[in-house]
Formats: sequence, C-alpha cells, structure tokens
Amino acid sequence: MTAEPDFDVVVVGAGIAGCVTAYRLAQAGRSVALVERGAAPGSKNLSGGVLYSRGLEEVFPDLLERAPIERRITRNYLQLLNAESAVGIDYQDRRLAEPVNAVTVLRARFDPWLAEQCEEAGADLLSGVRVDGVLREDGRVVGVRAGEDELRAHVVVAADGVNSFLARSAGLRGREPLHHLALGVKAVVALPEERLRERFHLTGDEGVAYAVVGDCTRGVGGGGFLYTNRASLSVGVVLRLDDLVAKGEDSAAVFDHFLAHPFVAPLLEGGEVVEYGSHLVAEGGLAMLGEVVTDGMVVVGDAAGLTINTGLTVRGMDLAVASGVAAASAVGRALDAGDTSRDGLAGYRRELLGSTAGRDLQTYAKAPAFLERERMYHDYGALLGDVLHRVYDHDLTPRRHLLDVARAELRRSPVRVRDLVRDGLAGVRAL
Amino acid sequence: MRTTSVPDRLAANSYVTDEEQPHIRVDQELARRTGCGDRLIAVCPAKVYSREADGTIGVEHAACLECGACLAVADPGVLEWTYPRGGFGVAFREG
Repeated sequence: MTAEPDFDVVVVGAGIAGCVTAYRLAQAGRSVALVERGAAPGSKNLSGGVLYSRGLEEVFPDLLERAPIERRITRNYLQLLNAESAVGIDYQDRRLAEPVNAVTVLRARFDPWLAEQCEEAGADLLSGVRVDGVLREDGRVVGVRAGEDELRAHVVVAADGVNSFLARSAGLRGREPLHHLALGVKAVVALPEERLRERFHLTGDEGVAYAVVGDCTRGVGGGGFLYTNRASLSVGVVLRLDDLVAKGEDSAAVFDHFLAHPFVAPLLEGGEVVEYGSHLVAEGGLAMLGEVVTDGMVVVGDAAGLTINTGLTVRGMDLAVASGVAAASAVGRALDAGDTSRDGLAGYRRELLGSTAGRDLQTYAKAPAFLERERMYHDYGALLGDVLHRVYDHDLTPRRHLLDVARAELRRSPVRVRDLVRDGLAGVRAL
Repeated sequence: MRTTSVPDRLAANSYVTDEEQPHIRVDQELARRTGCGDRLIAVCPAKVYSREADGTIGVEHAACLECGACLAVADPGVLEWTYPRGGFGVAFREG
C-alpha cells in the first residue's frame, strides 16, 4: 500500500527557481517542503550576478524596496579585449533605471530573503539536508530520499541546479554534451563604495555590467564579466568546457590571466578577494532544455538547463523565475484535478514555452551555435583595434579614408570578406 | 590588486569540512587507463586534483567548490562524485 504523502509538494533546492515555485504554491494554500542542502539558503549558490528583475517583481511587487539587491544596472559595457588594445561600447541610459530593468545580486545574501518569503507564505524550509535521489513507486516519483529519511509528496519539484542529480535519478537527464556546458570562475573583490563609484562613474545605487570578449580567456570559447555590487565587484570568466578541454587550458590560469590583463587590472586596483567560487553554466539554450515533466515530478531553473546567452546579455535567473511561475501554476492545476501524472503535469512545459522567457528561448535557439564561431573571440576585436589604431595614430604618414584603412586592415587580418558576410548573416538570424 | 594564488583565494572562503566522508573518489586504475587525470587537474579551478609522485591522482576534497566541472569532463566511471553531506562543504557568504 502506498503511504500518505507528507506534503502536497516537495521542492528540492532553495535557489531562485525553487523559491519562486515554493512561494507561489504555499501562497495558494498548498503544503510545501523546501529542501536545501546548504546550511542556509544561498550558501551553495553562485551566479555571475545580473538579474533581469521585471519577472521577479511580478511575484514580489515590492522586491526592489525590500530584497537585498546590490545595484541597479544603468550602464552596459561591451569590451573587445586584445593583447595590446581594447575596444569598448559604453552604453549608459537613464531609461534603464525607470523602471528598473536589471540589478546585481549576491546570492548568499539574496536567496535567504527569497526563502524567508516562502516561509512567511507557509512553506516548511528544511536546510542542511542533501537529497540523494527520488523515491519511485510503480514507475512514478512519489517523493525524495535523504539518507535514511524519506519525504513523500504528490509532486516533487527538482530545483537542484545545473548538475541536477534529481533529474538524473528520475531518468530525465543523461550525460550532458560538453558544448552545452561552460565553467564559470568568479571572485568577489571588495572595494570601498566611494572608490567603486568614482572608478565606474556611478552615482547612488547605479551599477555597471561589463561583458568582455577576446583576450580574456586565452583563446578558449567564452568571455569575461565584471559587475559592480554595492561595495565589491563580481569578476570572472565563463569557459566553454569542450573548448577548455580541447585546448588543454588550466581554468585557474585563464582566470589569473583575465584579472591581470592590463585593461582589467586597473579596475580591480586596491581591491581584496573576499571569495572565490566556480559554477557550471548551462549554455545550450533551447537545445539543452530536456524533458521537464515525468509522473509526479517537474524540473525547473538550471536543473532544466534554462539559460540564454546572446553574447550581449546572459540570462539564467529570470528564466528560473519564469519556470517557477509556470511550474507552480501547472502543479496547482494538477493537484486540483487530482492528476499529477506526466499528462496531468504536461501544462508546465506548454506554459513555460508560451511565457516571454520561453519564447525568448525559441528566438535565440541559434545563438549557442553562432557563439561557437572562433572568430568572435579574437579576430574581430583585433581587426577593430587595428583599424582604430590607424585612425588615431598620427605617425606622420599621410591619412587615408576610413574605408581604405578598413580594407587594408581586413586584408592583413585572418578574417575574409566572406567570413564577415557569413558571420554577419548568421548573427542577424541567431540574435 | 596584488596577484593572488589559488590557495590564497580559497583561504578567503568559508568551508565546513566533512572529515569523515570525503565526497570525491577516483578510480585510479580507470583514470590511468583513460588518461583523464590531466584533464581533471586542468579543469578544476580549486586545484582539488594533483599528480602524486607515484602517478596517481591526489584529491583534496576539502577545497572543492562543488561546481561539477570535473564530473562533466571525466570519462564515465573515473569519478565517484556527490555533493557533500547536508550542511558540509563550501559555504558561500557572497555568492
């Protein structure tokens, strides 16, 4: 005989996707257990740091007043980094602050607040509990196993991150192809608030997000980032695992190279590393979104492989929010209908793909393949740097028209005109 | 900023080390046969893996940042890798 469930829903992982799912379901009067393996929520979580916040504000309308956010991003800096030069596009816009569009967060501070909202809504938070796998009966998931303990529920929500051992345990995920994964290596560098504001031309709680491509990864596919927090910087590299392995590079050495780069080091001057972390990043986009529903279980957030990287914007946390919202409503309906089978829960995938985030996932389906083009990481930045060098370096040779300069530099560059055309067209289609 | 070594950086982190149950095990024989040791050593940003004098792969599990990169790049079967027991392991204070 099947034992009575302890809860309507067990959510595994108190990150953003798990907390949003738990909050919505608890708010709707369901009994919810929120299980977290860290001693406290957020203690196992690491993100680059930029959260596109509008979606989460729909869940918590007073988010920006109450949650521990770091800074509102009003400045986006795209930097093409070369060994001897850097070319930047510095985009600042007051409209990004009204209404607020993106904020920086530090997860060890932000996630405890989210989990607290879940508890206030009535969810039971169980911290310091590692879930080892799913409990199955007659082929369906009926709960989770943690050491000697079992927790039974009508529905299990796997929100256990990019490595999702739970989704693997339920047979929903296999070994991920390496090109779907990237390794993020990050440090938090403390810097006095006043100095940080001066250095990055910020007032009040405004912040800047740097996206860096080129000579920051020693040729490994990926890029660098630097985000301002209140009184620290989040700085790091994201390295495609297949390329990291193929090139035999050492991840810590690549990280060192980025931090010591002559165009990055001055930004960190006087800072102190207060934390060092790493995290796998889902990079496959829509192609990585696997099965997200089985009998008695749904998969949300990173565990479902939900991220979008367009090169200009890197998104994960807002997709986690969207999946949590979609999962909570589908799980709620399935519980109402008394059908938590795969069919009963199938509304989750439909709702997820129909949401703005899900539609974005489809819009950018070709972005991951586009970003695998090697030229993106050295040749274009170098070409642009060389053209600008000819423009600004008055070396007593007669000036030439810009178009002639560009043509000459293109001839010297490994980039061919047909590459430019191909990559340009692919970029237009993918992004 | 003065340059920092990996051990310096890790020293700034907060860890609750599980002395009783290491969460990483290497099948040394399989690691040797597949030759994936160098890959583990290079990919891990915390330098958990090292080459011992006898050619085997050393594991300093206490330094682990729990990212899972080693498991993703290891040949199947080489690593037995789980998260540390509940409450143990790295405890991020910033994130």
